[in-house]
Amino acid sequence: MIAEIGLAALSLAAALALLQFAVSLAGGRLGEVRALVVPVAVAQGALTLFAFAMLIWLFLRTDLSVRLVAANSHSLKPWFYKVAGTWGNHEGSMLLWVTVLAVAGAALALFERRLPDKALQATLGAQAALALGFFAFLLLASNPFARLYPVPPEGQGLNPLLQDPGLAFHPPTLYLGYVGLSVAFSLAVGALVTRDVGPALARAMRPWVLGAWVLLTIGITAGSYWAYYELGWGGWWFWDPVENASLMPWLAATALLHSINVLAARGGLRAWTIMLAVVAFSMSMVGTFLVRSGILTSVHSFAVDPERGTFILALLTIYIGGALALFAWRVGSVREGARFDLVSREGALVANNLILSVILGTVFVGTLYPLFVEAATGDKISVGPPYFNAVTGPLTLALALLLFLGPLLNWRRDDRPNLRRIALPLLVSMLVFAGSFLFGAMSPLARLGLAVAAGLTVASIMPLVGRNLRRTPLASWGMVISHLGVAVAIAGAASDTAFTRETLAAARPGETLTVGPWTVRFNGVDPVAGPNWTAVEGHLTATRGGTALRLDPQSRTFSDPPTETNEAAIDTVWDGQLYTVLGRQEPGGRWQLRLWWKPMVTLLWLGGALIALGGLLALIGRVLRDRRQRMRAREAFA
Amino acid sequence: MKPKLWLAIPLIVLAFFLAAVGWRLSSPPNPTVKSRLIGQPLPEFALAAAVPGKPALTSADLKAGEPRLLNLFASWCVPCIAEAPVLVDLRRRGVVIDAIAIRDGPADIARFLADHGDPFARIGTDPQSQVQMALGSSGVPESFIVDGRGVIRYQHIGPVMPQDVPTILAQWEQAK
Repeated sequence: MIAEIGLAALSLAAALALLQFAVSLAGGRLGEVRALVVPVAVAQGALTLFAFAMLIWLFLRTDLSVRLVAANSHSLKPWFYKVAGTWGNHEGSMLLWVTVLAVAGAALALFERRLPDKALQATLGAQAALALGFFAFLLLASNPFARLYPVPPEGQGLNPLLQDPGLAFHPPTLYLGYVGLSVAFSLAVGALVTRDVGPALARAMRPWVLGAWVLLTIGITAGSYWAYYELGWGGWWFWDPVENASLMPWLAATALLHSINVLAARGGLRAWTIMLAVVAFSMSMVGTFLVRSGILTSVHSFAVDPERGTFILALLTIYIGGALALFAWRVGSVREGARFDLVSREGALVANNLILSVILGTVFVGTLYPLFVEAATGDKISVGPPYFNAVTGPLTLALALLLFLGPLLNWRRDDRPNLRRIALPLLVSMLVFAGSFLFGAMSPLARLGLAVAAGLTVASIMPLVGRNLRRTPLASWGMVISHLGVAVAIAGAASDTAFTRETLAAARPGETLTVGPWTVRFNGVDPVAGPNWTAVEGHLTATRGGTALRLDPQSRTFSDPPTETNEAAIDTVWDGQLYTVLGRQEPGGRWQLRLWWKPMVTLLWLGGALIALGGLLALIGRVLRDRRQRMRAREAFA
Repeated sequence: MKPKLWLAIPLIVLAFFLAAVGWRLSSPPNPTVKSRLIGQPLPEFALAAAVPGKPALTSADLKAGEPRLLNLFASWCVPCIAEAPVLVDLRRRGVVIDAIAIRDGPADIARFLADHGDPFARIGTDPQSQVQMALGSSGVPESFIVDGRGVIRYQHIGPVMPQDVPTILAQWEQAK
């Protein structure tokens, strides 16, 4: 019965989305329709949320008469993984996607008070159109509530590889980020329909973009750390298509975040901001499509289902094509924004946007190039890290250099930029660059990375110098912390590239190896067993000065499905990480050992966390300030 | 560039993306990797008879002018039981099948043939997997179609299942 109730709620929500879309289309002729559209949007969000709750309940009860539960759950799973299993599959994750979409629409309808009625109506119409397509996809091609007869005695989803807290939270975090951008998309479409692009739109859009961007940043940073410790290759970014699928919306959202500020503060960059808002969510949809269709070969393998793939592709064509066509048709009639000089805050932000766009284009082309080539010539090729690193590395450094000056410039025009403020950071950069030669050979990019990171650490704080810190708005603190995060992350990446020491050896128990400053003794191996795996566990003792660490990397063999994994043993000390992997046994009783000493590599993820924290502070600051302004306006009226 | 033209760039990018992805959806990648053994001559071997009363197998038997299906099996191999009825069916359809029993004993092989059918013309025994290795085979069961001149024309890894029969028959016809 629960499944039927869930399905009914979902169908009803779909019907409401249709109504919302139709009313918004009819819009002008019906006169005042805000009173109708807002409750419909709220009801639609509530019903979808209810349907999702029903699905969670079905998983929690392990109702095996529901096909999705039988295929992906098991009565013996811990309750936490039963709940997380709800979105660990295709149908459930699409329902989560639609739920976020509908709830975001409801929140927009409830809380958005800055936009004129007409713009809000058009925006909610666009949001309803988005939801409608994905409702149709769920109901026609991916029904999560479908029953199964005969009812199996037990479910099939006890794969313990998937019982990882990271895997429970990682997808919803990214989804919230992806779908949060849908609001920016709908706002942009609404603005194109009403031809009303201005600071009010930017202020309405900003919290959504900030929130989505924070979640994407967290999702990508966490995913990077997961790949680092789980894959046992010692790397932290692999330019895998699924990684790129999450990076592309983030790049677009980062550009959007900056151009929105120009629109909000100065009314400039109108067409460009609208375009970025469309592109950001388009990249989210493209990313979801690439991941869920399994169309590109990736370490994240998902089943390819051509029918579902075609359905989503049709939706993509309608939404992205429709929005871009609307953009091409209408943007000419959008009033031109305020002008600005080349040397100005706007100028710096435009440069930031250009660089981010080039990086985005690079990643997009690199990710899809194998597909283009195979379609055109039939040759199978792959595009790997050498391409991506060679292009994105220098561009990222250029972006970081821009951060030395950009935040210090005045809006509109800056005849006499405060060059004294960037003298100190530049000096730090040059000193570090010169000092880096004391450390011997390293790649030029790593050397520059260290120099830029050191300078940017100082430069990012400069906007606060000379200000009354108590009166500095939270959003400015957010900007400073995020930019500091960029410096910290670059420092981590450059340090990893420049200073990582690697030792590959075949060792007998009792032998001693060295990696960087560490002396590592291989004490031997023991067999160990888990619930569904057996493993050989190596015992290592690492010493440096007075510090001694114990590391026990495992080489695991899972029984079902039969998989071998390397469980790296990683120990974090204040100045870096020791990363050890146990490989196979060689003839003659020797064991393959891979040891890495990675100085300061943790800065990479710390930087990611700082970037997200800065975004969060900015979001809180903007929302609070908005509320204060509204209250003040109300008091003024009263 | 005219100001209006750049507006169409995103649409063109989208069109390229849709074309490439649509192409992939309509022609899914073929994950089958063609075996390197195809077109190679069989290695030379002379195996003793695996069971009394059944002829032995040498590489010369596979160059007699007619194509043969060469099946590597073992009585201890569970997937071999699964493919046994399919091999019997292929034999009934006129495919001549020879076999190599891998790391096996005469009594066990005889019991296997009695239980699961005997479609084989000749069976050689390969107790140390030497011929199996020379053939580049990684496990049992595995089947090769060898043309009348002793050249490998097709390799099938794993059990031959009913859905594989059309492919095997087509390859058989081609090897003639």
